[in-house]
Amino acid sequence: MYDFGYHRPKSLADAITELQRAEDGQVMAGGQTLIPTLKQRLAQPSDIVDLGQVDELKGISEDGGALVIGAMTTHAEVAASDLVKAKIPALAALAEGIGDPQVRHRGTIGGSIANNDPAADYPAGCVGLGATIHTNQRQIPADDFFVGLFETALDEGEIVTAVSFPMPDKAAYAKFPNPASRYAIVGVMVAQAGSTVRVAVTGAGAGVFRDHAIEGNLAGNFSADAVGASSADEGSLNGDMHASAAYRKHLISVMTKRAVSAANG
Amino acid sequence: MPDGSVGQAVKRREDQRFLTGKGRYVDDLHRQGELAAVFVRSTHAHATVRNVDKSAAMQSPGVVAIFVGSDMEEDSIGSLPCGWTVTDRHGEPHKSPPHFPLIRDKVRYVGDHVAVVLAETLEQARDAAELVEVDYEELPANVSPAAAMGAPLLHEEAPDNLCYDWVLGEEEAINEAFSKAHHVTKVDLVNNRLIPNAMEPRAAIAEYDSGTEDYTLWSTSQNPHVLRLILSAFVTGIPETKLRIIAPDVGGGFGSKIYCYAEETVCLWACKRVGRPVRWTGDRSEAFLADAHGRDHVTHVELAMDEKGEFLGLKVDTTANMGAYLSNFASCVPTYLYATLLAGQYRTPVVYCNVKAVFTNTAPVDAYRGAGRPEATYVLERTIEVAARELGVDPAELRKRNFIQPDQFPYQTPVALTYDIGDYEASLNKAMSMIDHAGFAARKAEAKARGKLRGIGFSAYIEACGIAPSSVVGSLGAGVGLWESAQVRFNATGTVSVLTGSHAHGQGHETTFSQVVADTLGVPIENVEIVHGDTGQVPMGMGTYGSRSLAVGGSAIMRACGKVIDKGKKIAAHLLEASVEDIEFKDGNFTVAGTDKTKSMAEIAFTAYVPHNYPEDLEPGLDETAFYDPLNFTYPAGTHICEVEIDPETGVTEIVDWVAVDDFGKVINPMIVEGQVHGGIAQGMGQALLEHGVYDESGQLLTGSYMDYCMPRADDLPFFRVGLTETACTHNPLGVKGCGEAGAIAAPPAIINAVTDALGVLHMDMPATPEKVWRLAQQAAAAE
Amino acid sequence: MPTVTITVNGQQESREVEGRTLLVQFLREHLNLTGTHVGCDTSQCGACVVHLNGKSVKSCTLLAVQAEGGEVTTIEGLASGSQLHPMQEAFREHHGLQCGFCTPGMVMSAVDLLQKKANPSEQEIREWLEGNICRCTGYHNIVNAIQHAAQQGSGA
Repeated sequence: MYDFGYHRPKSLADAITELQRAEDGQVMAGGQTLIPTLKQRLAQPSDIVDLGQVDELKGISEDGGALVIGAMTTHAEVAASDLVKAKIPALAALAEGIGDPQVRHRGTIGGSIANNDPAADYPAGCVGLGATIHTNQRQIPADDFFVGLFETALDEGEIVTAVSFPMPDKAAYAKFPNPASRYAIVGVMVAQAGSTVRVAVTGAGAGVFRDHAIEGNLAGNFSADAVGASSADEGSLNGDMHASAAYRKHLISVMTKRAVSAANG
Repeated sequence: MPDGSVGQAVKRREDQRFLTGKGRYVDDLHRQGELAAVFVRSTHAHATVRNVDKSAAMQSPGVVAIFVGSDMEEDSIGSLPCGWTVTDRHGEPHKSPPHFPLIRDKVRYVGDHVAVVLAETLEQARDAAELVEVDYEELPANVSPAAAMGAPLLHEEAPDNLCYDWVLGEEEAINEAFSKAHHVTKVDLVNNRLIPNAMEPRAAIAEYDSGTEDYTLWSTSQNPHVLRLILSAFVTGIPETKLRIIAPDVGGGFGSKIYCYAEETVCLWACKRVGRPVRWTGDRSEAFLADAHGRDHVTHVELAMDEKGEFLGLKVDTTANMGAYLSNFASCVPTYLYATLLAGQYRTPVVYCNVKAVFTNTAPVDAYRGAGRPEATYVLERTIEVAARELGVDPAELRKRNFIQPDQFPYQTPVALTYDIGDYEASLNKAMSMIDHAGFAARKAEAKARGKLRGIGFSAYIEACGIAPSSVVGSLGAGVGLWESAQVRFNATGTVSVLTGSHAHGQGHETTFSQVVADTLGVPIENVEIVHGDTGQVPMGMGTYGSRSLAVGGSAIMRACGKVIDKGKKIAAHLLEASVEDIEFKDGNFTVAGTDKTKSMAEIAFTAYVPHNYPEDLEPGLDETAFYDPLNFTYPAGTHICEVEIDPETGVTEIVDWVAVDDFGKVINPMIVEGQVHGGIAQGMGQALLEHGVYDESGQLLTGSYMDYCMPRADDLPFFRVGLTETACTHNPLGVKGCGEAGAIAAPPAIINAVTDALGVLHMDMPATPEKVWRLAQQAAAAE
Repeated sequence: MPTVTITVNGQQESREVEGRTLLVQFLREHLNLTGTHVGCDTSQCGACVVHLNGKSVKSCTLLAVQAEGGEVTTIEGLASGSQLHPMQEAFREHHGLQCGFCTPGMVMSAVDLLQKKANPSEQEIREWLEGNICRCTGYHNIVNAIQHAAQQGSGA
């Protein structure tokens, strides 16, 4: 690891000040991706601004028919939250399946989505549930937030503060993990809210995407039998030694079916 | 053996320190004034190194020295040797090109050692290592064993990248056998490359005392005495008297810590050169790149059978990947530890095996848990399964038809080994009963109703352990003897120090050996202390590999105990005023036969050190050393059966049941033995379903971390059901055979046999990853 | 260099460290608590698991400065004097360790599991151990030990 200046502000305002003051500052949330990256010397920030003590970014509440989860809320807290389990059990289950217990104790929703790993679970959760990303500057619909490989709509100095999730009628997340890393080879969040069905896929491509063909199939008949084949273009899907693009495409359909079955209970 | 703790599940004596964080592994230790070493490793699989520019790095804070290969050459540091010379089919010795600890001209695999940076702190050494500029001229590389002979040349000394072309058996005889065949089964298979991954990364600390000219090297070694011998005799020239090697607690080995590696050699040399202790601890990433890998065979096999399904002959053609250099014992793995096991448990009268060992631009390959024997078992048990399916014969029945029978021992195989004893059908029958073989059809039907494909797979394995008679291995090219030594030293107070040349890195020797000594000498187990892993304390040793510790090391201890008892009898005879011939030793007491005149072991030990009343012609002290050179290998054998269920939609294979029935001969501690079986199965399961060391065509390691190299985890495995049968080894004093590798040998074919049974296909290569299984399931469904 | 103050195994410890010092380096190198091990560099093997403020974390994926003001328990702090923690006892009783290298992290992780869930199923135990890799035992006796510890009601 290269050395860096370390800052631990107590408020969001102080964090932004520290970030602006730094030559090449980097926000740290739970650090479960950032620290391994630093250890491999793949990043060399001048300063780390640790949000660990910014209490205003923590917590889960219900607000105007949506679940609002503070950016610094850990995966373990989301997984264990009675509120989340009552309102969007699919989201609690998704959080329970991220990484391992120790990662879940440190890793946060804000950190996960700001990093936008193409195989991370939360991007599928956000897009599938039609979430809104709150930052210190604005609110961004999840559909617009995840731009590409490790790329988001966040501007320099912009920090995720919370994510709000509208409550679906039904939802479930199904993941096919990479047997080694346990990241998603394919992860699918399906959600039905009124007549709208959203199907968000992580792991399979350069970033989370919606499978509109499957959404169309499910709109009129929200059942596993109706899922059909994925419309994803094989050429745009990931292929590696763990899973070819064709296999991933197949798994999108299989995982969607399983998610729909689970959502239907 | 007297009654006592032997045969009991005595709790491990080593656990207290491991459970409380008081284990002492190499990286836990520090020496005053030590420097941190970081290696500059090749980023290319094959390149000429035109220049190493260390000027910028030398300016980096904390840097003390940066060395390259020519610095070691100045001090006449030699090449890392291969300790076993295989003679090829033309009578020529194998090609063993130089393997310098720091390269001199060329790099030959990604991770090869270009330079070493020594700095005050580890982070400073890392900072500086990034600033070392290496000017590479890239050369074309090859990672495939099958393509090696036509590939760009790695070593001038090895034309066609061929290390050896070796044969066991007679070509004429095998052709004759095949000419009578009613049916020939042919299989092409790959034994996938594995990366050992002991959880403790390798580490070394070297220190030089200029006053006494003594070197001390703390190393994560499975065999400190062998490491000392190699470093002294072949690499550094430091006399054995001036080199002490300490292998303290070592966090797993599985073969990968047998060898003399570049890193510890460089530390040992550099500590004198800079006049300060030098420490190195590998990262996991470095372990992936530069620990010796395992397996990596490509094989074509043919099995000839008569109309009754009896085996007439087995013909095997294997290409074995040695990697970029010949590691210490790499040459013997695909020959004397592989081809000699191709008779398996069967009466196959003729076996012919041709092995070509080749160099490629990959990490060196050497012995990994099982070493050759898993490869042989996989060849045999896979081929027999395919044969059974082709012939429409029950796979258990085909095996039984060909088993060596209990009354045929000692049994001379056509591949050099003489099995002393065994009862293969007993193990198979017990395993079939334990898994309820008769109920399998019903379980398969029930699984099908749930949309799952269920399969069953057998593996009837044999291994040759307790390596081995020195005269035999010497005649086959080994550069060392393979005895073991032990010293059993009573102290005046009746406690016993047992110094063994075996080394434990998870096997529980401190417990098992103590049980043996306590029972043999009739002393409380608490009074026995096992000392190992330090050439400064233990006089001699050959170390731990090939499941040899109890069979060979334990036998040496038994022999030393015997000498102690013999001397004790002389002391007792004197004290009891009887003749030595009349003294009987039992349960810790020396008794005049037929009388109640007796002296305890403790009294005898005390007398030996306080010899006020003592035989005139006898030396004081009760301290005996023994060497044991085995008369034969031992032959653990057994049958494992597993059942799997496949989800045809995803291709995921779940192991739903496992029975292991093994004949390890006498068992000293069943708890430890079962633990060894569990761990072996897990590694074998890893090979069959998860693990694969993969290089891309340019020679970059794609599976260089746990992100891509799939280690078995708790949720990948079931509970295992372990049973035992017993035929005692006939030629060692303990009747033991060895248990450390059995699971890793037995498991891979059991799983692939089960997976292919579930899928209804004849063969698939390991690892049976979900995508591969899914594709076969699709094909099978389409064919239906 | 920042000064960090952490209560480790009940004892308050202050040291000057670089910002880049990992918690595991702080424990091993600054406090000589070498029971916590490093077995990988990708935050996966779990040999480094300790408790921070009562929860299991990977000390190789945490800066020492992040633990400022916190309470850390390592394997060295688990037993009460010579009395092993019931989880340590269960591992010994059921042969849940061989080479001992993964053991400290495995035990700390297992203790945390039973804090959260007093009677986990076999499957829950196996899934909880996703972040702890053992190469020796095949996990059989580790799972067995945790089940027995749970039956003894010996989570915390």
